[in-house]
Amino acid sequence: MLELALKGTKRYYGWMTFLVVIIGIGFLIYLKQLDFGLGITGMSRDVSWGFYIANFTFLVGVAAGGVMVVLPYYLHDYKAFGRVTILGEFLAIASVVMCLLFIIVDLGQPMRIFNVWIYPTFHSVLFWDTIVLNGYLFLNLIIGWNVLEAERNNVHYQAWLKPLIYLSIPWAVSIHTVTAYLFCGLPGRGFWLTAILAPRFLASAFAAGPSLLILLCLIIRRVTNFDPGREQIQSLAKIVAYAICINVFFFLCEVFVVFYSNIPEHMDHLKYLFVGLHGKTAYVPWMWASFSLMAVGIILTVTPITRKNEGVLAVACTVIFLGTWIDKGLGMIAGGFTPSPLHHVNEYIPTLPEIVIALAVWATGFFILTVLFKIAVGVKEEVQ
Amino acid sequence: MDSSRRRVLQLFGISSLALMTRPVYNALATEKHAQKAKEQMIRGDKALTAKQWAMVIDTRQFESAEDMEPLIEACNKIHNIPHFENQRHEIKWLWEDHYHNVFPGKGARFLSEAVESRPFLVLCNHCENPPCVRACPTQATFKRASDGIVLMDFHRCIGCRFCMAACPFGARSFNWRDPRPFIKETDPKFPTRTKGVVEKCNFCAERLAEGKLPACVEAAEGKLAFGDLYDPDSEVRELIKTNYTIRRKQELGTEPCVYYIV
Amino acid sequence: MKDKKLIVTGVIIFLIIATFPFWYNRGKAAPMPELELTAKAKAAKVCVRSTEYMRADHMQLLDKWREKVVREGDRIYVSPSGKQYNMSLSNTCLDCHSNKAQFCDRCHDYASVRPYCWDCHLDNSKEKT
Ligand code: SF4
Ligand code: SF4
Ligand code: SF4
Repeated sequence: MLELALKGTKRYYGWMTFLVVIIGIGFLIYLKQLDFGLGITGMSRDVSWGFYIANFTFLVGVAAGGVMVVLPYYLHDYKAFGRVTILGEFLAIASVVMCLLFIIVDLGQPMRIFNVWIYPTFHSVLFWDTIVLNGYLFLNLIIGWNVLEAERNNVHYQAWLKPLIYLSIPWAVSIHTVTAYLFCGLPGRGFWLTAILAPRFLASAFAAGPSLLILLCLIIRRVTNFDPGREQIQSLAKIVAYAICINVFFFLCEVFVVFYSNIPEHMDHLKYLFVGLHGKTAYVPWMWASFSLMAVGIILTVTPITRKNEGVLAVACTVIFLGTWIDKGLGMIAGGFTPSPLHHVNEYIPTLPEIVIALAVWATGFFILTVLFKIAVGVKEEVQ
Repeated sequence: MDSSRRRVLQLFGISSLALMTRPVYNALATEKHAQKAKEQMIRGDKALTAKQWAMVIDTRQFESAEDMEPLIEACNKIHNIPHFENQRHEIKWLWEDHYHNVFPGKGARFLSEAVESRPFLVLCNHCENPPCVRACPTQATFKRASDGIVLMDFHRCIGCRFCMAACPFGARSFNWRDPRPFIKETDPKFPTRTKGVVEKCNFCAERLAEGKLPACVEAAEGKLAFGDLYDPDSEVRELIKTNYTIRRKQELGTEPCVYYIV
Repeated sequence: MKDKKLIVTGVIIFLIIATFPFWYNRGKAAPMPELELTAKAKAAKVCVRSTEYMRADHMQLLDKWREKVVREGDRIYVSPSGKQYNMSLSNTCLDCHSNKAQFCDRCHDYASVRPYCWDCHLDNSKEKT
């Protein structure tokens, strides 16, 4: 089926060239980072994870979000989603690849990465995270590819795929749960030390993933002859509406617990993010922007008139995607590290090289996503 | 089955086993013999040992940062610790900070003036339940079973910095860049580090192996004590028994092994 | 099979490229490096193990050493002949072989390996190149 990705319009090739250029620039800067060390980023002794891990965390969510089309179709036999499940699975593949790349660019000694499997360490959550992420990648590759191939040949997919498909559903939940456990099991980091972290991660994932999927569906309808379908998009929009409401609700639960209990170690991080601490306020506008965006997103997706208008829905999905990205990407990591364990406030501001490398990882993801979607859509067009 | 047949079968079984064990035993015996002439790796006779090393810091005896300078200097020197102007790249094994920072959450609104103004030494606590070790995906940081020191294996560290997120005491530093150009004077007896690995205080494991106390303890001239936490007659136990001591963030259950007399 | 010509040409080009290093270096084998021993090394006569063993397996030995020293704290090596050594690359090996450039590097260059021991362990050479 790969040959389907080779035949494309000028616009398709233009887009791919654009991505390759960004990947190339990012790769050059990554070589610089390899040579100099991670000192070219804005990370420090106090904020020792930054933009890379933030994007990693967010993208694990997007990958897990793909399950929101798989689950209704296979478990509830919601036939309409049959048209888009493959898109969800392929989105998951591209996202997991980005996750793995973000982990690699974040390592100080990337050529030693296999030490994680040479010396498997069962008490380390990071070890389990590599297992579940790679497992999810392979599950989706196998399932997505075979189901699509079967569709192309007008046959039912192989029977042995069924258990794998069922397995992939809890597996999707597991990748984001384990990723949350990376953070919420650490003593002395008050911002993360909360049992609601994993549920909150999942809620924002099920908002961000399907939002992106809606946007992608709208683009596909525009640039190809395949229509993912109005009903499908509307159903996804409802999922987004629920998930984003739950996400904000979970956040408010957190705010209540932290401020009503009035425990300084837990309050200081939220204070830092939303009003600033010791005069350091770099994140304040971002965090308010994030929650304003999510609020707008809630209004637009919950109200039936706006949700049913696809133009407005596109806006709603964009603001939700951005809002959750700022919340989980920027705020979640920097906020957890500031103030530091010794209660100093050293702010983390990503540097330009770091942002370019991150963009290149995103570009790689979109390159893979475009290839996969091109194939999927190509098959769908053939079958139609 | 009648009992005599079973007996015969049992006998067969046992004798065949016996036949097999002989060559196996021989093989083992020769191997053991050969090993006698083989290499061995042992601990030095002078090495200091303990079940769990611990430190007691008598903060009353430190009045100003100058009092701590020689200790910090001693550690920096023998461990080839670089000095960076850029605060983001800082590497610290042993340093000083205010009471409020070392014991956040324990700072009373009104505090004894002496404690308020006094500097406090900070280093890795060599916790008995170290969260950094729990987090490390490669066992590059590990708790040495023989004496409880939490150590770094720089050869194995992949630089993921999970341990830094896990340590609630800010005891760890990452090499954001090649440290060599920033070391004033390298001591050839101790390795430098390379970019991309994490490091921290090692309780001077390399000195203990030679029968010497940690460099900071030596330089402190009695203001720091070092010894076995599980030896009821050790100096540290004596100090803990006779003074009121506190530990950093004890409520987190990591069981720090650095005690502070205030 | 109208592409036959094309395929054959492709295969030939591939073969030429793949075997290029052999062609290029034909008859030009680099001479074996000559290692220099310092006076101290000469006087000692034997290394911690036999010369053959060291030549072939010193990396395995060093690997065992580092595992023992770093992770278990055993720092003394008792060689099969019963002699004791401090297991230290910079302070034992390089104490005798204090001419890293004429000893370690020559062979490593010849074998085209670049061990990164020296990123951390200090080259204690007394005789600088
Ligand atoms: S103080 Fe930090 S680095 Fe040291 S043992 Fe405890 S958790 Fe680990
Ligand atoms: S940075 Fe090194 S020591 Fe720390 S957790 Fe990662 S591998 Fe372990
Ligand atoms: S015990 Fe050794 S390594 Fe630790 S702070 Fe003191 S001198 Fe430095």
